Parts: sequence; C-alpha cells; structure tokens
Amino acid sequence: MPTPLVVSEVAKSFTMHLRDGIRLPVVSGVSFSVKKGECVVLGGPSGVGKSSILKMLYGNYAVDAGQILIEHHGHLVDLAKAAPRSVLEVRRDTLGYVSQFLRVVPRVSALDVVAEPLLARGAAQDEAREKASELLAKLNLPRELWQLPPATFSGGEQQRVNIARGFITDHEILLLDEPTASLDAKNRRVVVEMIAAKKAEGVALLGIFHDEEVRDAVADRILDVSAFSPRKAAA
Amino acid sequence: MSAVPLLKVNDVSKFYGSRIGCRNVSFELWPGEVLAIVGESGSGKTTLLSCLSTRLMPSSGVVEYHMRDGQYRDLARMGEAERRFLMRTDWGFVHQNPADGLRMTVSAGANVGERLMAVGDRHYGNIRATATDWLRRVEIEEDRIDDQPRAFSGGMRQRLQIARNLVTSPRLVFMDEPTGGLDVSVQARLLDLVRGLVHDLGLSAIIVTHDLAVARLLSHRMMVMKDGLVIEQGLTDRVLDDPREPYTQLLVSSILQV
Repeated sequence: MPTPLVVSEVAKSFTMHLRDGIRLPVVSGVSFSVKKGECVVLGGPSGVGKSSILKMLYGNYAVDAGQILIEHHGHLVDLAKAAPRSVLEVRRDTLGYVSQFLRVVPRVSALDVVAEPLLARGAAQDEAREKASELLAKLNLPRELWQLPPATFSGGEQQRVNIARGFITDHEILLLDEPTASLDAKNRRVVVEMIAAKKAEGVALLGIFHDEEVRDAVADRILDVSAFSPRKAAA
Repeated sequence: MSAVPLLKVNDVSKFYGSRIGCRNVSFELWPGEVLAIVGESGSGKTTLLSCLSTRLMPSSGVVEYHMRDGQYRDLARMGEAERRFLMRTDWGFVHQNPADGLRMTVSAGANVGERLMAVGDRHYGNIRATATDWLRRVEIEEDRIDDQPRAFSGGMRQRLQIARNLVTSPRLVFMDEPTGGLDVSVQARLLDLVRGLVHDLGLSAIIVTHDLAVARLLSHRMMVMKDGLVIEQGLTDRVLDDPREPYTQLLVSSILQV
C-alpha cells in the first residue's frame, strides 16, 4: 500500500527568548506513517503536542530534527527542510489542512473563502463556486450566509466554512485539527461521512478528534502522542 | 511556477557615511511570490526597498533582474534611461503617501493613462477606456475620471496609485507601507483589492510594512529586519507562528489582540 506521508524522528522544542531563554521541549522521536485511504488519529491528553505535530507537518512550525516526507507529484519532498516556495506548492497541490479556527479575510464572502483553494489550482471561477455551493449545502450552512464574509458567523458556522474549504480540493493528504469541535450532532455526522468519502477516494488523513463518537467512527488507528512527549519521563 | 527567480539579490549593503542602512542582504524572489519585509522604524526596510528598486545605489552587492527577454541584468550597470523605462513599465512602486506616486494636479484618468503612454500607447480612446476599466477595478466611480486626485480621499488616492502602477501589467511591484495612514475599514478594502490583483495578475511583490497582520494576509514569505540586518526569514506562517529569534518573538508577542 502506498504511503504518501512518512514522519521520521521528528523533534521540536520552543526557546522562549523573552522568558530568559527557557527551552520547552514539545516532542521528540516522532515517527509514524499514514497510508492511502487510512485515517490516523493523534491521541493523548491536552498539551501533549498533538496540534504541534500537525503544525510542523503543515510547515507552520519549524522542525528541530528529523524528516517529514510527503509524496508530491510522484517524488518525495522533505518538508522539514523544504524552501518556502516548495512548501507552498505542496500545500497547493498535495497537502490540505483544516485548522480549528477560520482565519477571516475582510470582505471576502464565505463562498469565495471556500472556493479559493480550487481557484489557486487554476479552476474556473464558476466551477469553483459551484463546488463550494455543493459543500456548503451539504454542511447545512444557511444559504443567506454564503455571500457574507464569515467574520460575524457563529463558531460552528465558521468551522463549517473552514471544513468546506479544506475538503473542496482533491489533495492526497489531509490534516484535520478538531474539525468537529463546535458542531452539533447532525453536522458532526455530515463531517464523519465526508471523511469516510475521502478515505474511499484514497486520501491519507491525519487528525485530532476529542469527540469520542467521531473518533471511533473515523479512526483506523490511534497514535498515542504521549509516547513522544518528554513530560512522559517526568510523570 | 517558473524555474528561475525574477530578482536575485546578492550581499547588498548600503551605508550612509559610517551609519548602516542595510547590510549583507541576499535573497531570491520568484515569479508570483509576495515577500514582506517587516521590522520597526529605522531597521533598514525602506533603505533595502530603495536599493532593490534602484531608487538608491547600494554601497556594495549586486541586484539582478530577469528581463522579459530572458536575460539577467545587473541593475547598477543599467543606463539611466533604461532603468527609468523599466520602472515605468515592468515595475510598479506604490508609495506610502499617494502624493509621492501620483501627479496631484492632473486628472485621475491622466494619472493612469500616463503610464500607458510610456509604453507607446497613443490612441486617446483606448487609453481612456483602459483607464476607466482600471478605475473600476480599484473601485473608483467612473464619473471621477476627470477629477484631480487632490479631490480624492486618502483611500481613493491609494487605490488610484495602485491602478496607475498596475495598468502596464508590471511583473514586479514594490510597496512601501501601502496601508499606512489609512483607517482600518479602508485598509481592509485595499488589502482585499491588492490580494485579488496579485492573485489574478500573477504579480511578484515586495511589501515593506510594520503591520504583521498585513504581512500575514498578503505575503507568502517574510524577512524580519533589525539594525540593517535580516535576522530571520521564512514562510510567513512559520515566522509568525513559530518565531525563532528574540527580536521576532518580541515583535509577534507585541501584537494587540482585538
């Protein structure tokens, strides 16, 4: 089975220069892989480094050591060392990310926020908007909100816009940081179905889900992040 | 993505007597890439921008530009006429104060049309039509085309300056604090506009700003300057989410949350 995401011996710490340079180790020796069509869920208590791992994988956090190998257009890219423009290219075509919170852009409508990743890949405006409409409808976002910028939306509404934006492309790897945290039961089920559909398409998924029901429904495997935490030794 | 950089900057320094403007700056800018240069006042951002855009001669170092004919040219070795032509056609420069980039006593339409005439357009009807189209793109009402920018608000002037710069389809635009001095709602409109234009036209841009939110919204890559040196650079998300240098951490932690 092809493995589009391989993480090997990754370590991360923060040095807080404004706090007398104290060093906070986050994780070390992080090694795992995700196969096509598999959904791996990062487990462990809050603060153990789950979100940090996702952020390293997406390039938002620098990596101190190790490799993050992504299969991108048939060749391997090590995101731990890749130049910014390679990271951006991998994000555009291969690696998607649904963050916990939507970063709102002033004046851009919900529909266009969702359509943007497709436009960035060269899709026509009509086609991208149509696909965005389908997703927003599927996620039960009231139609009268589609033309409004999401800044004033509720938490759950913003999260659905964010999910639609993350799911609109056919990226081969998808990172999910608590995508269902502020959704009601009905919409959680919609997201579970959408994740199942991505798995069926052969997408490799890596996520954080605190909701047990969702986790049990989507996870093929749970990876306990405490094993990589330096605090494990202290506890 | 194209295979070669648009701009190659190698070890550029600028000294004002014994004072340092900027020192040992090297980077490459790729087509379609937006680079933000951030740092506090006096950190050398604007000096660097001036050296890159030939408004100042660097004391040492080389800036090379990938011309439309496929050749790299050392900007310092270009003739004055050739450099001016480049600035009027293939480049844009958006000043913080629109009055520095506009001609305040000729009409809005003429401000836009002037750059078209610089590239050889002579047909009045075409020039006016293109100018009207560009005013519409930057959200200035068509019936203001014959007004002078003196009669425009600050936000409108800035949008007019952007139209004037982009009308010749430049490949590289320099912006010096493009949203400085505008109130926030006007800023938001301008940012949205610039973001859309950069995306639609595939522009490369170098934006000097001290506003990290502007950098986050517009740029792919970021350079942080302090005392004339580039102390940290990388993917914009990375620099802002995981700043490594003490000064960058101070900058990021100083942002006020609304």
